[in-house]
Amino acid sequence: MMLEVKNLSVSIHDQPILDGLNLKVEPGQVAAIMGPNGSGKSTLSYVIAGKPDYEVTGGEILFDGENLLALEPNERAAKGVFLAFQYPVEIPGVATMTFLKASLNAQRRARGEGDLTTPDFMRQVKTAAQSLKVDFDMLKRPVNVGFSGGEKKRVEILQMALLQPRLCVLDETDSGLDIDALRIVSEGVNALRDAGRSFLVITHYQRLLDHIKPDVVHVMSKGRIVKTGGADLALELERNGYRDYSEAAA
Amino acid sequence: MTSHVSRLRTEAETALEAQFAALDLKGARSDAFAAFSAKGLPSRRDEAWHYTDLRAALKHAAPLAKAPDAARMQAAGATLQPLPRVGETRLVLVDGHYAPSLSDRAPPGVTFVLAEATTQADDALLALNTAFAPAALGVEIAAEAGPVSLEIVHIDGPGAVYARIALSAPKRAVVAVFERFEGASRETQRNAVALIDVAEGASCEWTTLVADAAALHLEAPVVRLAGDARFTNFALVCGPALARRQIDASHSGPGAKIALNGLSLIDGVRHADTTLTVRHSAPHGESREFFRHIVADEAVGVYQGKVIVDQYAQKTDGGMKSQALLLSPNAQMNNKPELEIFADDVVCGHGATVAALDPEQIFYLQARGIVRADAEAMLLEAFGIEAIERVADEKARDALNERLRDWLKRRAG
Repeated sequence: MMLEVKNLSVSIHDQPILDGLNLKVEPGQVAAIMGPNGSGKSTLSYVIAGKPDYEVTGGEILFDGENLLALEPNERAAKGVFLAFQYPVEIPGVATMTFLKASLNAQRRARGEGDLTTPDFMRQVKTAAQSLKVDFDMLKRPVNVGFSGGEKKRVEILQMALLQPRLCVLDETDSGLDIDALRIVSEGVNALRDAGRSFLVITHYQRLLDHIKPDVVHVMSKGRIVKTGGADLALELERNGYRDYSEAAA
Repeated sequence: MTSHVSRLRTEAETALEAQFAALDLKGARSDAFAAFSAKGLPSRRDEAWHYTDLRAALKHAAPLAKAPDAARMQAAGATLQPLPRVGETRLVLVDGHYAPSLSDRAPPGVTFVLAEATTQADDALLALNTAFAPAALGVEIAAEAGPVSLEIVHIDGPGAVYARIALSAPKRAVVAVFERFEGASRETQRNAVALIDVAEGASCEWTTLVADAAALHLEAPVVRLAGDARFTNFALVCGPALARRQIDASHSGPGAKIALNGLSLIDGVRHADTTLTVRHSAPHGESREFFRHIVADEAVGVYQGKVIVDQYAQKTDGGMKSQALLLSPNAQMNNKPELEIFADDVVCGHGATVAALDPEQIFYLQARGIVRADAEAMLLEAFGIEAIERVADEKARDALNERLRDWLKRRAG
């Protein structure tokens, strides 16, 4: 099992958000998590990535059998956990290229590998930028500053392509994307699908799942997974909404 | 009934009195010292010094640095040697004394002269400088001189060092100055004044680097701008135990523009104060102030900016910004922006922010694999570099960026 979330309970400012959540993601699997606003989807993604401020009051998260909760966010990243942010953070004054290189080399060092040479790095960035239709000049600008919503999301996927993580958590990557951008981002994700890499795709809407076909769909409500099914479950949700599942969790 | 409260002299004030008496000076210098003596060292009771209590901080007055002898000049030469050149023509002062043997020859159209240069001394810092400073190093630029690029290097050893520079940029001159303070130790108490006149249509970009370890760094640029003149200053301050830069600028002709910028990096128990006054006395003037502080440990930052717009200075455009990052719960930043506006048709504003590093940004960087300490250093470097970007001259900018990186490395290591 690549990811195993066992009976996870999480609070923020004493407010319980996740309530005994259980979830398994197998290697190579694309798992979608759908659910209404406030069901705890983003919290789950943040807790997997290691965002501070969330208090884990019970349960555990195992990644390849190792307890993720004991690790710093950067250690989790070096082990192969990647979160594509719903709201990528702007970092004025840090050129995107500098940031990409620092990220890549930090992870390599954590794994005991040497730094990439500049030509190798540039080649990798250029390839990733081309396939995601990211203007290369944009990468000279500060991280996410002045980027449109679509540009921000494309650069998130570009980071994912460069860092080659094994668990990709996509937190509402479709929000704020027009149809063309949605297609480009989805193609970027699909290009990374392979037997050793898993995806946790968090979304409100079926729309994204038309492009990124999930192997399994989980419905989340009130801090738990309340139903699990195949890709057709997403279509059912699109038709009927989340009302049934809100009741189920109550 | 009247009562006379006589102020007790501090040990430092008593020592300053004795030092001045021993010099047996008359005239303007004596008047200046009398003006200082009447009020003594400024303390937090003086509004302009409210956050920097010099009277309390100056426990003793260091003995006056002597005019450099041959051995001192040799040592100063060794300090100078590794410094990369920033300006085209290098001018060196050793312990406040112009050192021609270490300086370049003046370029065509420029003369270096030693002269008594007086200034109104109603302020303790200026009064002490007027009383004690060796003859001022005057930089005179002829009307037909092309663009002038100077690097003024102060190499200061232990003791009380007073330095005075007077630079006049004639009409339409283009002058760039990189002024750096080097060599000082915890035994150095420095007082440096620069009298800068920018004539009609002339422009002067002045960059200041204060990165040595002086116990006390007092610096007072006095800037006079004629019509359509431009003056820009950027100062990087990192190193002195107590630094106070006080800038006194005035627009006396219409259409003058001034930009005062700076970055202070302070850690330990260091204290860095920037206090400035910009007086607009003529219409259509512009002033911009932009200061950033990174304050760590138990350090204290001070920014006091006062923009005065006289009633004739209509259409003045003024903007002031101070931004500070506090890196520890005991770090302190004192901001005091002030606008005194007597004209009715002006645009003036100010803003001040004090914040910690943004945890969202740190998490974002960490989530990509970057170790927390490196993430913090990246954000601090970015905060600093964004300020330094205001320096137009590339060499000057590079020199400042290098000091910023050194400071961050020292903090991390």
